[in-house]
Amino acid sequence: MIALGIVVVIALLFIFFIALRRRSPATLRRIPAFDRLNREIGLAVENGTRLHISLGRGNFFTARGGSALAGLALVRRIAERTSVSDRPPVVTSGDAAITILSQDTSQSGYRAAGAEEQFRVTAGRMTGLSPFAYAAGTIPISRDDNVSANIIIGDLGPEAGLVVEGADRQDSTLIGASDNLTAQSIFYAASQEPLIGEELFASGAYAGAGSSHEASLNAQDVLRWILIIAMLGGSFVKLIGLAF
Amino acid sequence: MRVITATFAIAAGLLVLLGYFIDADVVRTIGSIITDWAIIIGAFAALIGIINLIFVHMEKFRARQPGGMYSVILVLALILTTGFGLLLGPENPFMRLAIDAIIVPVESALMAILVITLIYASIRLLRRRVDLMSVIFLVIAISVLILIMPTPIGQLPGSQQLLDFVNTFSRGGARGLLLGIALGTLLTGLRVLFGIDRPYGGN
Repeated sequence: MIALGIVVVIALLFIFFIALRRRSPATLRRIPAFDRLNREIGLAVENGTRLHISLGRGNFFTARGGSALAGLALVRRIAERTSVSDRPPVVTSGDAAITILSQDTSQSGYRAAGAEEQFRVTAGRMTGLSPFAYAAGTIPISRDDNVSANIIIGDLGPEAGLVVEGADRQDSTLIGASDNLTAQSIFYAASQEPLIGEELFASGAYAGAGSSHEASLNAQDVLRWILIIAMLGGSFVKLIGLAF
Repeated sequence: MRVITATFAIAAGLLVLLGYFIDADVVRTIGSIITDWAIIIGAFAALIGIINLIFVHMEKFRARQPGGMYSVILVLALILTTGFGLLLGPENPFMRLAIDAIIVPVESALMAILVITLIYASIRLLRRRVDLMSVIFLVIAISVLILIMPTPIGQLPGSQQLLDFVNTFSRGGARGLLLGIALGTLLTGLRVLFGIDRPYGGN
């Protein structure tokens, strides 16, 4: 019941921030990777190039599905913003359910922009079900589809190194974020502007997905401070020798 | 239609979530049934994903895109493997051979390439971004590699103490990152549960 109580409190906190953000939009701190992302979206439309969004291999039967959901929110915004382009973004993933959702999300973006006829079902692709099959299927997209920027947001393992190398060989921009620590360190070493940890979940807010995404960030900030205080308090209590 | 989809999705999500917190057989049974349905639908989704893969590669061949021949090989291999798999069963020696002689060696080769790729990426890190954090990252990575390296005299003297010292920071950092990711996942889940983000059926 304590766990349920915590979830309910977090939900209430989230609702409070949604109400607050609807009245006054949040001021977001500058994150260079998202500046670059917004610039790349504009450039792709102007230059007639394509964006490649990789949602990784996470699925909804594991705790790793959250990062794919965050990626889908970004897909929705990017599809909407690039709907005027004659080269729609390509979304790849290593899970069939997420592929279907990425197609549906892209279509929603086009519909919202009033350009549903531009949507192609092949814009959402499942490239492979095992880690290396996924990498092997994703690498050629950077080369063959006139991709100017690769946005990798999701659950990947060491195979992220191969995907990153493929993007680098084409001199295309790479923006990478993962909930997996191995992939995180690869992106840190190989991308121009790395995203660290929970910044992955801020992608929607920075892409202009609305007040609910900003409210999520506010709630995360508050919860993070509560955790920090709890951990420091716990350490202090242990230090002075109190036991519960 | 979209309202109905959202209602079903939110109700299913809430029931499964409550199953984790409330110790009631009814809620748990319903949650379990919904999860079973999701697994069955997931299996059909895999079939749709494979059909999507065939369409993408046939389109690549039809449009005479670069590497179109590889797409034909992929589709043919897929059809042959599926056909033989259905006829002979997955435990047939021929099917085992397809896995042991093709898939396992190819994935092992990719793993070997990955090692070189990662070393190369580390070397280029300072060319890409010269800042304090990049230097620390590279110094620590190289130090750890040296400390765990096997030598003719065994482990280098004092290496275990140094590794323990470095691991204190890396463990702390990793836990911090994972806590942040857990909070992000929780809030993303709540957005879907509230129907604010609707990747199913669009919004």
